[in-house]
Amino acid sequence: MTQAVVDRLKAQFEERVLETSDAFGDHELVIAVTDWVEVAQFMKDDGDLQMDHFIDLTAIDYPERESARFDVVLMLRSSVTGARIRMRTYVKDGEEPGTLSEVWSGANWAEREIWDMFGIKFKDHPDLRRILLYEEFVGHPLRKDYPIDKAQPLVPYREVDDTDKLPPFGIEEGQPFARIDWESRLAGSDNQVSPAIGVQQGQRRTLSDSEAAQQIQARIAERMAKDE
Amino acid sequence: MEPADELLNDQASLEISADPMRLNMGPSHPAMHGTVRMVIDLDGENLINLDVQPGYLHRGFEKSCERGTWAQVFPYADRLNYVSPMLNNVGWSLAVEKLLGIEVPERCQYYRVILGELARITDHFTCNGASAMELGAFTPFLWLLKVRDWVWDILERETGARMTHSFGRIGGMAAPPTATFKDDVLRLIPEVHKVVKETEIMLVRNRIFLDRMQGVGVLTKEQALSYGVTGPMARSTGLPYDVRKDHPYLVYDRFDFDVPVGEDGDNWDRFMVRLEEIRQSVRIIEQAIEQMPDDGPVNVDDPRIVFPEKDDVYTTIEATIAHFKLVMEGLRTPKGEFYSFTEGGNGELGFHIVSDGSGTPYRVRVRPPSWYNLSASREMLLGGMIADIIPTFGSVNMIGGECDR
Repeated sequence: MTQAVVDRLKAQFEERVLETSDAFGDHELVIAVTDWVEVAQFMKDDGDLQMDHFIDLTAIDYPERESARFDVVLMLRSSVTGARIRMRTYVKDGEEPGTLSEVWSGANWAEREIWDMFGIKFKDHPDLRRILLYEEFVGHPLRKDYPIDKAQPLVPYREVDDTDKLPPFGIEEGQPFARIDWESRLAGSDNQVSPAIGVQQGQRRTLSDSEAAQQIQARIAERMAKDE
Repeated sequence: MEPADELLNDQASLEISADPMRLNMGPSHPAMHGTVRMVIDLDGENLINLDVQPGYLHRGFEKSCERGTWAQVFPYADRLNYVSPMLNNVGWSLAVEKLLGIEVPERCQYYRVILGELARITDHFTCNGASAMELGAFTPFLWLLKVRDWVWDILERETGARMTHSFGRIGGMAAPPTATFKDDVLRLIPEVHKVVKETEIMLVRNRIFLDRMQGVGVLTKEQALSYGVTGPMARSTGLPYDVRKDHPYLVYDRFDFDVPVGEDGDNWDRFMVRLEEIRQSVRIIEQAIEQMPDDGPVNVDDPRIVFPEKDDVYTTIEATIAHFKLVMEGLRTPKGEFYSFTEGGNGELGFHIVSDGSGTPYRVRVRPPSWYNLSASREMLLGGMIADIIPTFGSVNMIGGECDR
């Protein structure tokens, strides 16, 4: 059923369908970003395909890929034939694919989310505001080079000084290790996968190494000295 | 003279302004389940413009998944749809198992079906109960939540936790079914039927309830398709799409159950579709209990994937090392990209997974049903009255954890 969709699109668009695949049973085709809206519109309107059920639209970041940084992936289903298809395009950083919100209304929020999370703008989108994060937020968190432990609180964190509490409530609280430290990996200085090995080799800081933890350790030591 | 009296004397201030009034509903409002903000423009009581603003419960689920191992995602998945966490657990297990190319033993498949359907019952109970409560019918809410609590008792006995179970494992479940599992569930079924019947008697012919629900918050089939609406909300518009029927996973193709559909896509249809789905879930559970083998393995027999028995971990060096490797390094998965989807409480819960061959997910995209269901709510509410927001929003059943991730 789904293979028929791929064949139909290949017959219609010929060499404009750049690649096709069916790994894990998911039929997929890759098209150029300039054909993005046209092919999508065709899939919805064509009498044989009728891919009218919008399923999902998302993006994937490959910062190390030189040709184009992002994949934008659209998933569709036909309520008539039950076929499913995945359509993909490669988008360079700063490039603007056309909006699908005129074709499927569900794409409106999906594209807002992609803008919010990846910083991909969609041309002619009616209302491209941030949707999950707040307007004051700087950066796009699902990009690999956005550090996972970075915090941008709108309300400043409470000062720790006048309380006996230990974290969590400082800026360093946000899980300061990750398996892949993308910042250093992109800079070429971190290539390991295991956090334990990273700590051993001094490439990775641990929670107890963090500035806040050290401050607290120092304060506790100070207080203990005073008590004695 | 007090300032307020001066205002009263000023005749001009008593005239009603012709400009629309802007009103903020939420993010902290009793009827906004979870946290969502609606900025509404009102002409009298009529909604003339509306902006739905989700995101107040955003925790960075997708970013957090890129941090640890595949197994470490289970606790996060629990907190997606926290009204039916078991369905998310099962969904994530199936996704990773698809990547590894393994299938869990039959006993585990039935176990997952039964636990998942119990979770679906609690989900629909909560939604329908809360919908009724917000319209002033407090009694059905208490009745439904009473039985939901009994369902949770069973889940607690099985998993050790009432809500966030983290019970799914890659290649199986954390523990095999308890000895009394089947009896417990069978004993519960009459109670579920009874409370559904009672709720129907209480509400289905209640004029006040009908007036608030029927013809309100209408969503057409075309709108549902275009907005990517799935689940009970799509079925209420007459779209017979249920992942369990259309793309059967686990052992759903062995059960005889119906997919209830509505006609009008209004609040009433959504309410009735959910009530009927509770009955269908019970049907599935009854058949699954009958077919489920009483013994046999629950987990896949592969020490590279499944955690060793706790007893062995504490007594043998091999199991200790295996446990350590699985926890610290996680299991290695092949490279690949795919989409795995199941029927969650609110619709199609999909995991779009990219694996780069390391022990960490490269990208996990959750296709949250609530997200697209909520995005359609603007269309359903516009042109209605402010009081209609409460039943309509209630029957959309937006779950903040899943919608905002």
